[in-house]
Amino acid sequence: MIDIHNLSYQIAGQPVLRDVSLQLAKGGVVAMIGPNGAGKSTLLSLIARLLPLQSGSIVVDDLQIGEATDIELARTLAILRQDLTVASRLTVRDLVGFGRYPYHRGRPGAEDRELIEAALKLFDLADLGDRQLDTLSGGQRQRAFVAMAYAQDTDYLLLDEPLNNLDIAASRALMEVLRDLTRQRGRTVVIVLHDINYAAAYADRIIALKAGEVVADGAPSTIVSDSLLQDVFQTRAKVKTVDGRPIVLV
Amino acid sequence: MQVRITLMVAALVLCCLAYLSLGARGDWSFVLAFRASKLAALLLVSFALSWATVIFQTITGSRILTPAIMGFDALFLLLLSLLVWSIGGQAYQALPVQGLMAANAALLCSAALILFKVVLRAGRDNMMQMILTGVVLSVLFRSLTSYVLRVIDPNEYAVVQAASFARFSNIDTSLLTLAAGLSLVAGLGVWHLRHRLDVTSLGPVLSTSLGEPPQRLQWQVLILISILVSVSTALVGPVAFFGLLVTSLTYLIIPSSRHADILPAAALIAGIILVGGQTMMERVLDLNTPLSVVVEFLGGLVFLFLLLRSLR
Repeated sequence: MIDIHNLSYQIAGQPVLRDVSLQLAKGGVVAMIGPNGAGKSTLLSLIARLLPLQSGSIVVDDLQIGEATDIELARTLAILRQDLTVASRLTVRDLVGFGRYPYHRGRPGAEDRELIEAALKLFDLADLGDRQLDTLSGGQRQRAFVAMAYAQDTDYLLLDEPLNNLDIAASRALMEVLRDLTRQRGRTVVIVLHDINYAAAYADRIIALKAGEVVADGAPSTIVSDSLLQDVFQTRAKVKTVDGRPIVLV
Repeated sequence: MQVRITLMVAALVLCCLAYLSLGARGDWSFVLAFRASKLAALLLVSFALSWATVIFQTITGSRILTPAIMGFDALFLLLLSLLVWSIGGQAYQALPVQGLMAANAALLCSAALILFKVVLRAGRDNMMQMILTGVVLSVLFRSLTSYVLRVIDPNEYAVVQAASFARFSNIDTSLLTLAAGLSLVAGLGVWHLRHRLDVTSLGPVLSTSLGEPPQRLQWQVLILISILVSVSTALVGPVAFFGLLVTSLTYLIIPSSRHADILPAAALIAGIILVGGQTMMERVLDLNTPLSVVVEFLGGLVFLFLLLRSLR
């Protein structure tokens, strides 16, 4: 469980998160939505220790962020962000191989190699293993990064707007892979999304943030509504229910 | 890749043999001993500069930077001019060179640490902040140096000037033992960090996610760079673009992003350029043009090329 307790964060005196307390249970896809500047990415970065904590606490399982060692955290929690730029000459297999680094610290064993090949196969990358990253399409590259995070074998995977720049096929494929990870392997995926329809379709739980505070929290069917869009995004969009699942008419 | 490394080793050995034997006249035992110590110095400089540049480019995440941009050389020149100004040229030349070199290494290390402590506080993008601070400081160091050079006695100015340009023909070989010792220590340190450097080259987000936050590595790498740079400046003076030339060639030739491959290759390429170039200049072409001019010219061209390509 990720236990966030009284978390506040300021940038240059401006509050970005105000006293956020949340508990994210193990398993399932948790989507964070909200307008630009609501604090979603900051919250994710704080959990992933990319930003130093200012006040409040975050505990992942029994590891306290800020006190647990980097390697322990690397075996528990992985993060992927959209703005990843990686040395272009890295091959897909090399990249996925880095996922095992927290375990072998630079000296991969036979078991690590097996896991890397398994990850390549699982994410449909076996044929692309020796291709360099900059020769891949956006969707393939994104898949390679997720395969790396998979090889890292962490219970928690945090993703910050992974669907940016992906077309509908790549977006759906990625979301399906993430959902399968939670269903079949008991992983927990926390994901920042802009498109509420993707959140409603694939998430088990949606957390809406606005101005640094949690304003709605629950299953997609219970919280995605006209009034949520009005409150959180200040836009008048209709929400219809199709096949038992809320859809925002844009 | 094994083939390429073997070829490079062969090329380097050939260069070294040519450097030792070509155009030798007179007593061979004297010539060999005399040239061997110069060769050792050239190899040490190749090693130190290439490794310093590779790890600097890794922690800054940029392929067009060299340690020179942080003002390491400028600080060396400022120290030199201040020293000559305060105690005079003759007294300066009477100082023990080993002591000067050790002092220089210590000074560069502490400057790097101070820069690190003051500028690199927790937060994002602080590496860029540190580089920019280094750029500004190096301008300050250069201005102070040129001020000192204006008030200095012309004869002593000549002493400073002689030491301010890279010289590959006229190397002070009495420093060899100390330089070799320092390079060995720094080299072992870098080799020890090679896997962590691999992870760091993935960028701050992924390396943090993999349990290797870049901040933890940065100060160690800066110290190692300071030692390596001070070794090479003490032996041949300040060199700006040589490292860039070497790393660009290395990335071109070696299809790997692992430091365990890149570091040895970079040292080999640097050795081939320096020893081979020096042999050509001194023995074959019999030119008086210093190699440093050619190397810096080529390195500068590579720099411009990389810069223009990145703008496109």
